[in-house]
Amino acid sequence: MLKIKDLRASVEGKQILNGLNLEVKPGEVHAIMGPNGAGKSTLANVLSGNDKYDIIGGSVDFGGNDLLDLSPENRSREGLFLSFQYPVEIPGVSMVNFLKTAVNEHRKYRNLPPLKAGDFLKMMREKKELVHIDSTLTNRSVNEGFSGGEKKKNEIFQMAMLQPKLSILDETDSGLDIDALRIVANGVNALKSKDNATIVVTHYQRLLDYIVPDYVHILYKGRIVKTAGKELALELEEKGYDWIKEEMGE
Amino acid sequence: MSDKNALNNATLALQALYLEKKGAIIDNAPDFLNEKRDAALDSFLVQGVPSKKVENYKYTNLVEVFDRQWDVVASKDDANIDVEEVFQCDVPDLDTFTILMVNGWYYPKNDLTALPEGVTVCSLQEAFAHHKDLVEEVYCRYTDHTKDPVLSLNGMFAQDGLFVHVAKNVILERPLQIINLMNGDSDRMCSQRNVVLLEQGSQAKIAVCDHTLSNQAFVFNNMTEVLVKENASLDVYNVQNQNNQTINLSGLNIEQQSNSNVLTHAVVLHGGVIRNNLTINLNGENANASMYGISVADQEQHVDNFTTIYHSKPHCVSNQVYKNVMSGNSEGVFTGCIHVLPYAEKTAAFQQNNSLLLTETAQMNTKPQLIIDNDDVKCSHGATVGQIDEEALFYLRSRGIGEHEARLMMIFAFAHDVLSNLRIEPLRDRIDQLLERRLRGEDSPCDSCAIECNS
Ligand SMILES: Nc1ncnc2c1ncn2[C@@H]1O[C@H](COP(=O)(O)OP(=O)(O)O)[C@@H](O)[C@H]1O
Ligand SMILES: [Mg+2]
Repeated sequence: MLKIKDLRASVEGKQILNGLNLEVKPGEVHAIMGPNGAGKSTLANVLSGNDKYDIIGGSVDFGGNDLLDLSPENRSREGLFLSFQYPVEIPGVSMVNFLKTAVNEHRKYRNLPPLKAGDFLKMMREKKELVHIDSTLTNRSVNEGFSGGEKKKNEIFQMAMLQPKLSILDETDSGLDIDALRIVANGVNALKSKDNATIVVTHYQRLLDYIVPDYVHILYKGRIVKTAGKELALELEEKGYDWIKEEMGE
Repeated sequence: MSDKNALNNATLALQALYLEKKGAIIDNAPDFLNEKRDAALDSFLVQGVPSKKVENYKYTNLVEVFDRQWDVVASKDDANIDVEEVFQCDVPDLDTFTILMVNGWYYPKNDLTALPEGVTVCSLQEAFAHHKDLVEEVYCRYTDHTKDPVLSLNGMFAQDGLFVHVAKNVILERPLQIINLMNGDSDRMCSQRNVVLLEQGSQAKIAVCDHTLSNQAFVFNNMTEVLVKENASLDVYNVQNQNNQTINLSGLNIEQQSNSNVLTHAVVLHGGVIRNNLTINLNGENANASMYGISVADQEQHVDNFTTIYHSKPHCVSNQVYKNVMSGNSEGVFTGCIHVLPYAEKTAAFQQNNSLLLTETAQMNTKPQLIIDNDDVKCSHGATVGQIDEEALFYLRSRGIGEHEARLMMIFAFAHDVLSNLRIEPLRDRIDQLLERRLRGEDSPCDSCAIECNS
């Protein structure tokens, strides 16, 4: 589904990703962990097409498409979803209008007619329940005045609405209390199938108690330096990242 | 002031036009207007057509506008078109009293028999004949032809206009919709003078739509004087949607007495050169004025909103929010003067101008001007000029929304919140639609104003 080969990217002239390799197959859950500044969010942004980041080299294949050649909107329509670490507030753009436009743009891409108003509202109701999002939030502008936790729930809500093939959750757990964490994780698990895959970017092992990964990768200085099963997350929790630094000969 | 320089050509051309047409102008206008014409000419000649050296017209070059031969028709026949033939109204939700004005003249076939008791709407000419006392209470009482050359021109050339009177404690539920139409087979200058008087405790809402029915160049010099008495409430919603050869010089001069409430909206969609002079004098305690503007301009359009708010009495509140969406080579100007007079303690005056520049060649000039002669006031002003938030744009695109659509969503979000204060819901929805179509480039100035027109 996703094949990243030797990916190198920079932001504002500073190289952040230094030859990153990763392969994700349908049905898998991958966790990417790593210290602050390792390049986790950079990877997520590069994959979703944020043009603030410059690709220096490497390739990314997504379901047979050259991902790096697609516009951000077409990456989304092809089934890629990024849950942002810091979702932006967009005053004046209503949640309903935003979601309706997004859902219908996805449908148009697949040559489907726009959803009828009633069907759209029904879909919204169902997905809202999944993440226990407060009903009034969808009457507001996108993320405007949402608390940190509400913003993260809203990301998973959008994920549920768009039903992506590959979701990248960039620190969706940070800033969530344990209840919210559980709700978000349940939402993600409910959307899981043998055809889609998830990349969970996180600092902490605790999210991985709820979203159980098949693989855990350690991203360090722009490269994946270690890959193992879920036990690696526990090891990291115990030993911290200094251990990696030592192992890297620093 | 032109005292140091010889009169510029534009000034001389207008003087010549006036002298040439004076006979016809006077023959077709009431004495009351005629009495002030020569004085208006004198004050016009003292001021001249303002060059860019004149501070108040620094950003709007009227010399360019008037440095050519304009014509005036000066005869009521100018309004004698069969408007129904060229202009059809189909107003689904908007239940209004519709009043047409053609080239500055009151359209003779306006049917206002359904107006409720206590509400008078007629031509200014008729008002001078039948309601002279009422007109005199307002006309030129708070407006001084010597203060602004565009006003002087109105004093020289205007022959008719609209008169609105709402009697004490009368609440006009249905809005008045005034449709100012420009029409003709040659370029021309049209002047219009309106008087609005709201007696104590009365209420009215007026929507004003400026249109061109033909593709000629027009100068539309439209001056409205308003007196809003104690406890009265007035809304004025102006949608400007004229062809891009047209020059729209609109003056709205409002005097507010105590506890009165005024809400204005200036919605600019199309037009070549637009200059809106809005002056409000809060001349009674606890008066409240809210002024909003949204201008969308592209190509070579020029839009200048010039506001002057006098806080003359204590405990008054004024709030201004003007927004601009500028693209192409368009130029926008916002000048907001807030003048707090010495005895106006506990004044609250706010002003804000936010602009989006969508192209590198679009321009915006913002000039707040605060003159505060009292210590006990709350005043604030702010201006932003920016581009679309790229981070937000990426967020929308990352959800599958195409770049063009995502941009439009952001622009529309920026523009439309100004309308949320519009107090006639169907009109707000209609203007919202017009705005969206304008931003999508799906409209043309031949489209209607706040009503559906199939011209
Ligand atoms: N938009 C940006 N502008 C400038 N520097 C950036 C930007 N995004 C990331 N960086 C830099 O790239 C490095 C990696 O950041 P990031 O990918 O956010 O790390 P992580 O998510 O792993 O904590 C950091 O040094 C950060 O300062
Ligand atoms: Mg990060």
